[in-house]
Amino acid sequence: MADLRSDFVGIKSPNPFWLASAPPTDKEYNVRRAFEAGWGGVVWKTLGMEGPPVVNVNGPRYGAIYGADRRLLGLNNIELITDRPLEVNLREMKAVKRDYPDRALIASIMVPCEEEAWKAILPHVEDTGADGIELNFGCPHGMAERGMGSAVGQVPEYIEMVTRWCKQYTRMPVIVKLTPNITNVLYPAEAAKRGGADAVSLINTINSITSVDLDLFAPEPTIDGKGTHGGYCGPAVKPIALNMVAEIARNPATADMPISGIGGVTTWRDAAEFLALGAGNVQVCTAVMTYGFKVVEEMISGLSEYMDDKGMTSVDQLVRRAVPNVTDWNQLNLNYVAKAKIDQDLCISCGRCFAACEDTSHQAIAMSEDRTFSVIDDECVACNLCVNVCPVEDCISMVELATGTTDPRTGKTVEAAYANWTTHPNNPSATAAE
Amino acid sequence: MSQKIFEPGVAAGRLDADAYTAQFSDLHPPLDVHEALVAADRCYFCHDAPCITACPTDIDIPLFIRQIATGTPDAAAKTILSQNIMGGMCARVCPTEQLCEQACVREVAEGKPVKIGELQRYATDHLQAKGVHPFERAAPTGKRVAVVGAGPAGLSCAHRAAMMGHDVTVFDARPKPGGLNEYGIATYKTPDGFAQAEVDWLLKIGGITVQNNAALGAAMTLDSLRAEYDAVFLGMGLGGVNALGAEGEDKTGVLDAVDFIADLRQASDVAAVPIGRDVVVIGGGMTAIDAAIQAKLLGALNVTLVYRRGRDRMNASVFEQDLAASKGVRIVTHATPVAVIGNGAVREIEFEYVDDQMQGTGQTLRLAADQVFKAIGQTLQGDALPTLEARKIKVDGTGRTSVDGVWAGGDCASGGDDLTVTAVAEGRDAAMDIHMVLMG
Ligand SMILES: Cc1cc2nc3c(=O)[nH]c(=O)nc-3n(C[C@H](O)[C@H](O)[C@H](O)COP(=O)(O)OP(=O)(O)OC[C@H]3O[C@@H](n4cnc5c(N)ncnc54)[C@H](O)[C@@H]3O)c2cc1C
Ligand SMILES: Cc1cc2nc3c(=O)[nH]c(=O)nc-3n(C[C@H](O)[C@H](O)[C@H](O)COP(=O)(O)O)c2cc1C
Ligand code: SF4
Ligand code: SF4
Ligand code: SF4
Repeated sequence: MADLRSDFVGIKSPNPFWLASAPPTDKEYNVRRAFEAGWGGVVWKTLGMEGPPVVNVNGPRYGAIYGADRRLLGLNNIELITDRPLEVNLREMKAVKRDYPDRALIASIMVPCEEEAWKAILPHVEDTGADGIELNFGCPHGMAERGMGSAVGQVPEYIEMVTRWCKQYTRMPVIVKLTPNITNVLYPAEAAKRGGADAVSLINTINSITSVDLDLFAPEPTIDGKGTHGGYCGPAVKPIALNMVAEIARNPATADMPISGIGGVTTWRDAAEFLALGAGNVQVCTAVMTYGFKVVEEMISGLSEYMDDKGMTSVDQLVRRAVPNVTDWNQLNLNYVAKAKIDQDLCISCGRCFAACEDTSHQAIAMSEDRTFSVIDDECVACNLCVNVCPVEDCISMVELATGTTDPRTGKTVEAAYANWTTHPNNPSATAAE
Repeated sequence: MSQKIFEPGVAAGRLDADAYTAQFSDLHPPLDVHEALVAADRCYFCHDAPCITACPTDIDIPLFIRQIATGTPDAAAKTILSQNIMGGMCARVCPTEQLCEQACVREVAEGKPVKIGELQRYATDHLQAKGVHPFERAAPTGKRVAVVGAGPAGLSCAHRAAMMGHDVTVFDARPKPGGLNEYGIATYKTPDGFAQAEVDWLLKIGGITVQNNAALGAAMTLDSLRAEYDAVFLGMGLGGVNALGAEGEDKTGVLDAVDFIADLRQASDVAAVPIGRDVVVIGGGMTAIDAAIQAKLLGALNVTLVYRRGRDRMNASVFEQDLAASKGVRIVTHATPVAVIGNGAVREIEFEYVDDQMQGTGQTLRLAADQVFKAIGQTLQGDALPTLEARKIKVDGTGRTSVDGVWAGGDCASGGDDLTVTAVAEGRDAAMDIHMVLMG
């Protein structure tokens, strides 16, 4: 079994799977059980200032999007930061850390954007023995209206300023949690870097309305006839999170900054994808809110089997492996030609590829009287839609045309040389190939 | 356990009183909302779906399943009923394992088809429970159509013709409408009076008069109907039963399986239906299987179904054969009856084993029998009918017979399987053709 031990900005944990700051980490009872279940670390549910805690709504807090079989694909919430007193959380964190010294315990913090507020809370957190802090600049609802959470995370100057205060007032590593509710994630990431952050973590939840009650004519979740936007998370947000992680990982100004990958991690495979795109570890929330703490067992066994298969002996060997292959569209090789190919032994003749291609793409799939479906190479542009809609895994594959063969669609010979849009004759601003 | 199951001869009440309810309850209990949604989720919404092609009434299955999945079961029911007005009955009685579900791509892929029949029932039950009829009649045409037989073929024809604006009179020889839905289909496929409820619901379209105890024959002839009506549809099914051709066939206790089933279906209390301790059923089709299973359910100790060919040649589907086996019916193949033995009443029946070419082997088998049910096929009855073909009324693709102005469909007509759903399709298509002819 591969060695899954993780060292993230000097914080050690037996595996790279942490629980994200959220209900699963809101109290000692949960966190102890999470550690017993095998989680490598937790980011405690976000702490607020001393004094009366925030209050949550007393109606439904979550909305959901489902796939087939009511499989939860996306969750949205209108929950706030912890609604329990600061002292209680601090006391519990200290007790847990004392009993689980080998696990990572991070304090997530959100206090007003004033130096005094941060200066006041940091010593208390340090006193718990926590391994680090995460600055919650991401919560998109409730807190933002009070000038906290994503209200700060959307202004790079604030991020930089608060990060700097934290670095000044604590020796604990500082992780800045980013909101995806921005146009370009590089601005907040670079601001965190300038402020001296040890790492960034992302993504927090995405502004969303999951559905509308068509009897009440109100967004869901509905509280006394009204609803509000919430934060979206779960499998549906993974693609958005992966892209943001990759952008930070390949941006020269931020490439060397460690990333904690969050957003839709549900299986070991999702985790491996985040690691390959540049995350040093991952955080999980919705998957445990859906299936319980036990899912970490599959994540551990799956990642270690995969690493064994690849001959990787430490998690570091996987981290950033895919980053060099993330590029811009105009760098893609336009001389690469592929064709869809249907494996007739696997095909169950449902005709979905036909409907998709015939109605919405390139009319490149033929259907015979006896429901045999085959690709018309003369028409196929290798768009991949048929692969995406086929219900049978690996039934349709994209086969590369060998160099020297003729693409029956264009009549052109497939060339060995790499050529992209920047040099393409149709590009008005093409630079002639040297 | 009641000791009465060991009682020799033919007797009623072999089981404890409360056992009957369980025995004759729904074969497939209806799907609840959750089960329906889970089942509907499995449909791939295939292009030009093979299940549609396999359904004799061409129901748009992917569409109705998607309508269930999106929470609109009544819209789903309308999709079904617009093609098949007896979609409720068909959902219960279709051998789906040989029709739509056999063609389902998930049967091909995993051996587990989408539960089309059960979903069809879910949708149609949902709509019918509201007691509303989803279709309206077109403006009256002033044309009159006579339908002979109130079985699935006749009622389907009547409904469609009425919907197109014609006035329809249905004549049936039996005291109740429904045909084999009412008198033939196994009890556990259509419990709780569903057949009559469906007929009542179907007739809500209006414009249809049903006359029971009115047989085509001496008093009412095809010619008189032709004279009085603009069009005539014949859907009288197959009223006769083939003979065994075995010695002693006329002994007491040797009965037509269809009569046994009809009596059972009409019994107000199944416990009062007498059944032998030892029962032998002869035949290999759905009727034979249904008779054997229901004999067993009534408490017969030993039920043997004897078929003259191999299992693979049986008309009853593998599902039906397995169902019979699971109820404790013994299936004997490659044996043909030679003599019914007994003094007045049947006591034993002797078979000879035959090979695949139906050649006698000289080896025999004797089975104790208090009752022998014959289920070796039904035949068309009646004189002065249009031209026949293979002992059925010869029709073309639209149901036209050799006689002008006379259409036929269902079991009595040539072509198509003898199934409820086929009868519904043929009745519907004939009505459309009648409409076309009448309206020019
Ligand atoms: C025991 C049994 C079980 C079956 N089980 C199934 C099953 O599970 N699934 C399935 O799909 N199919 C089943 N079938 C077949 C199915 O019932 C028939 O294919 C279907 O009922 C044919 O419909 P029909 O309208 O043509 O005839 P019928 O249903 O036979 O209706 C004919 C009607 O015409 C009336 N009639 C007859 N002669 C005259 C006359 N001279 N004048 C006036 N009226 C007359 C009869 O009284 C009857 O009401 C079964 C059949 C039997 C016998
Ligand atoms: C109910 C709920 C409450 C959350 N509360 C917090 C919070 O207090 N602080 C925080 O930084 N993130 C919070 N989050 C965001 C998660 O930590 C995480 O960033 C997000 O859910 C994406 O990960 P996932 O797809 O694995 O759930 C919350 C998420 C949920 C579902
Ligand atoms: S979508 Fe896949 S399984 Fe369906 S017909 Fe096309 S290739 Fe075959
Ligand atoms: S009518 Fe019968 S064959 Fe047609 S879809 Fe319904 S259950 Fe299947
Ligand atoms: S064949 Fe099966 S999966 Fe395809 S549309 Fe029909 S029921 Fe659905």
